Amino acid sequence: MLKEIQVSGQKDTRSGFGDGIYELGKKNPNVVALTADLAGSMKLNAFIKDFPDRFIQCGIAEANMIGIAAGLTIGGKIPFTTTFANFSTGRVYDQIRQSVAYSGKNVKICASHAGLTLGEDGATHQILEDIGMMKMLPGMTVIVPCDYNQTKAATIAIAELNGPVYLRFGRPVWPIFTAADQKFEIGKAQVFSEGTDVSIFACGHMVWKAIEAGIILEEKGLSVEVINIHTIKPLDEEAILKSIRKTKCAVTVEEHNIIGGLGDAVAQVAAKHFPVPFEYIGTKDTFGESGKPLELLKKYGLDTPDIVAAAEKVIKRK
Amino acid sequence: MPELKDIATQIRRDIVRMVHACQSGHPGGSLGCADFFTALYFKIMKHDPAFNMDGKGEDLFFLSNGHISPVFYATLARAGYFPVQELSTFRKLNSRLQGHPATHEHLPGIRVASGSLGQGMSVAIGAALAKKLNNDDRLVYSLHGDGELDEGQNWEAMMFAAHHKVDNLIATVDWNGQQIDGPTYQVMSLGDIRQKFEAFGWVTLQANGNDMDELIATMNEAKALTGQGKPIGIMMHSVMGKGVDFMEGHHEWHGIAPNDEQLKKALEQLPETLGDY
Repeated sequence: MLKEIQVSGQKDTRSGFGDGIYELGKKNPNVVALTADLAGSMKLNAFIKDFPDRFIQCGIAEANMIGIAAGLTIGGKIPFTTTFANFSTGRVYDQIRQSVAYSGKNVKICASHAGLTLGEDGATHQILEDIGMMKMLPGMTVIVPCDYNQTKAATIAIAELNGPVYLRFGRPVWPIFTAADQKFEIGKAQVFSEGTDVSIFACGHMVWKAIEAGIILEEKGLSVEVINIHTIKPLDEEAILKSIRKTKCAVTVEEHNIIGGLGDAVAQVAAKHFPVPFEYIGTKDTFGESGKPLELLKKYGLDTPDIVAAAEKVIKRK
Repeated sequence: MPELKDIATQIRRDIVRMVHACQSGHPGGSLGCADFFTALYFKIMKHDPAFNMDGKGEDLFFLSNGHISPVFYATLARAGYFPVQELSTFRKLNSRLQGHPATHEHLPGIRVASGSLGQGMSVAIGAALAKKLNNDDRLVYSLHGDGELDEGQNWEAMMFAAHHKVDNLIATVDWNGQQIDGPTYQVMSLGDIRQKFEAFGWVTLQANGNDMDELIATMNEAKALTGQGKPIGIMMHSVMGKGVDFMEGHHEWHGIAPNDEQLKKALEQLPETLGDY
């Protein structure tokens, strides 16, 4: 039952990244961290203090940072570029496309402040298109972990993968509900509850919202399957199909435009192999705005009651 | 080893034949830089045609203005990276010799894709930093078009290289004064490129890019200036289309292929020195 999931604390996922890369710094001498004038926001302070020679400050020049990262791989380094998600993707799409993805370079693009929960800075910084852009690049792995512990584990795991990775996390303090000692398996969906009435697929911060919604649905007597698709690409098609073959309907939940994100990815699998009724929770082809994270989730229809309503609606459509 | 000028002549011959065979590609800048590539791969750099991506213990070269791929491919083939016969596949289906250089088909000698302009200096800097981290004292060379300097990323990279004292990098600008839409002074004035590099904290040299002896002397001078806390820029004055009289100095030859008659005329000026592919 979802209500049995324990919350062990509250922390921002970007701190999971910072603690993860610090661990990596200790155990892998090839790991190099780069930033574009956002070392503090990206929680690199411990890494910089203990591994100053492997920290590269690029100034406010993200395009150059991506190119330098591509070059560092030639010689066996494992560069982790760090900045906000908007400047990690949209601003430097062609640099990533040519110098990293097409060139097959082992660059880890690590992006904080993704989505609406960035909050008060507003739409200029709240990128809601990044998952789509990154998943369209051939060879790019796209990972959106759900809490502090999982972000730390994912950061450590991607250093072992030889190839470009986009790692997306965020700014708000958020419940911690996955294990501190978890082993992060890239491309393997994480099932939080098994059920028969509805499948809820979520990623990032929205996994916690999906669990909250699942608890309410369980209290209403429904049998709910909540699955964390932390790896958008490569997608765990097997886990998705196993779930929807059983529940025969699906809701996807993401802090991203419903065009091009997790929902599209899951729906494509369903459309090809096992079509079922679908409901999408995400931003509806719109930009965000300033506000507090939870206010924004409510206004844009990404809050817990919205997920509950979507689940009830999709069950009726079966 | 054959004379450097003979190698350069054969490379020019290869370029014109490659571009003619597929009726596409960029002969102008390729011909202009044939002497530079010859000097680099047959005189200046320590490199291994057996090709290892990491290139540890070797000098590395990055071509930022990837559209001059014909000269890059012809040079690599003539230096033994892959069979010269493969030059006949340039820009054709299922070839490793893509229109613009790529690593995707695993062509030996290529370390990063280029073609979308302005990215190569950043990549070269990254590779130079990796050499420093690896205690590898070999050098990194790069080539950039002058028109390509319109791209802002170059200036980000220049600022970075000076700030971080990337003094194992020798970046050369092919200052031929031409870009696709016309002379650079008409399309987008670059001003004094050398002064701009200097203002960004680089040490600069200049050379006639079509005078082999001067080019080699300048590159050796550049080598001697490495390791002194500053990146090094060579302002290389070359003539677009050099070696084929009707192409020389004309921006129209940036990206068009010669027809049969033009090919014949061009090859008459470029005697076969090492054997055609």
